[in-house]
Amino acid sequence: MSEETVVIVGAGHAGGQAAASLRQFKWPGHIVMAGEEAYLPYQRPPLSKGFLSGDLEYERLFLKPEAFYAQHDVDRVLEAEIASLDLEAKTVHAKNGEAHRFDKLILATGARVRRLTCPGADCDGVYYLRTIDDVRGIQARFREGARLVVVGGGYIGLEAAAVARKMGLEVTVLEAEDRVLARVAGPEVSAFYQDVHRDAGVDIRLGARVSEIAVEDGCVRACVLDGGEETPADLVIVGIGILPNAEIAAEAGLVVSNGIDTNEFAQTSHRDVYAIGDCANHFNPIYDRRMRLESVHNALEQAKTAAAHICGKEKPYSQVPWFWSDQYDLKLQTQGVSAGYDEAVVRGAPDARSFAVFYLKKGRLIATDAVNAPAEFLGSKALIAAGATPAPERLKDPDVPLKDLI
Amino acid sequence: MAKITYIEHSGEEHTVEADAGLSVMEAAVKNLVPGIDADCGGACACATCHVYVEADWFEKTGGASAMEESMLDFAQERQETSRLSCQIKISDELDGLIVRLPEFQG
Repeated sequence: MSEETVVIVGAGHAGGQAAASLRQFKWPGHIVMAGEEAYLPYQRPPLSKGFLSGDLEYERLFLKPEAFYAQHDVDRVLEAEIASLDLEAKTVHAKNGEAHRFDKLILATGARVRRLTCPGADCDGVYYLRTIDDVRGIQARFREGARLVVVGGGYIGLEAAAVARKMGLEVTVLEAEDRVLARVAGPEVSAFYQDVHRDAGVDIRLGARVSEIAVEDGCVRACVLDGGEETPADLVIVGIGILPNAEIAAEAGLVVSNGIDTNEFAQTSHRDVYAIGDCANHFNPIYDRRMRLESVHNALEQAKTAAAHICGKEKPYSQVPWFWSDQYDLKLQTQGVSAGYDEAVVRGAPDARSFAVFYLKKGRLIATDAVNAPAEFLGSKALIAAGATPAPERLKDPDVPLKDLI
Repeated sequence: MAKITYIEHSGEEHTVEADAGLSVMEAAVKNLVPGIDADCGGACACATCHVYVEADWFEKTGGASAMEESMLDFAQERQETSRLSCQIKISDELDGLIVRLPEFQG
């Protein structure tokens, strides 16, 4: 075995895939994977869906069994928070004093939840939803009839709201913007999901900003809105976005903007250091700009790109991003990134609970939101990758297969 | 418990014992069978756990849902007995199931 070592900082989707791909691409040296949590890499998407509801058991969350890492000689260092990176000595230092020397380093440090900062926000009963431990905390209070207030109407908050309604909780969603899913979907999709949740009995409040968490005996009693109105709560779930864990990279002198800047091979500004997944701000050739993505697909594919490059194979990253969200019996699948679109075209009818919205920029298809419309979701991928400029009236027509539009 | 055999594109066979209730995709991942990516973890969202069910077994695996059907339409090299393995639930009925893996996923 070669004496060279790859250290992977982070044991989420990206870190776990990087370890697997390094072995797949025949990395002959050591691999050390250091994670902050107590768990081997596991799937995060079910945390706000099947795992929260109890439908998916704990054992089924894991991406690979323990035996996989043993068989492929991947050293697992868990509950190890990496505090600093010394580029000169090629060493990472953990908070517990341990140090790991590397020849190549993969930063898969992920992201952390954005926290509420208003008065009362750190009291009992206020939860975030990103880890197994977060969900276990929530589950202890997830009881029929309990009053749940969700702060933030994004994917996480709405998925949690859907599960909570199914389990018989009373649910209020407080969204600061004038529509839910404002950051990730167009207004047609937002309006549809607002209706779906209201029909399911969720009280959706738009333009609702939380100014304080009212506390009683150390525990949440209510969310107080700007203007003074109180929404009583037995528990609160906050889903107001995540922040990239880029501090150790920045302190070490790597170029960091919105996340750690990387090139098409997932390399940072230091040739022996890679960054992948939620923490990386990569250059995307399809959109001709930098972007930082928060998705499983991005984490897995960038892991493969970095592992290939370390093993001497050039596998430049050029992927159409995609995302999904399960709420009630609806599957929302998004292909591409709609930011900057100037025209939206709807195919199908929201009333039929199956439709797609195509987002065009100067005539070019840049993204598609598909609700229970997998053909439109999958068919859009090739169009977006090819930079196709499909005619809006053809996009609108459900009888025209998307593959005819390329 | 059911015995499931996965045959890679290269012809290499992997036979595993799997608990009822898991999906055919999960049993593969758990037992280190290569060739099933399952990027979405079994949400029927990505079409990277594509398998060809041996003809004799196809009926027993039940039919694909409308969602799965649409996803399969976009899988590379779809065949008559194509399924997404995350959507096949293992039961005692499926003891002896044989599935073949495509050359590529996605």
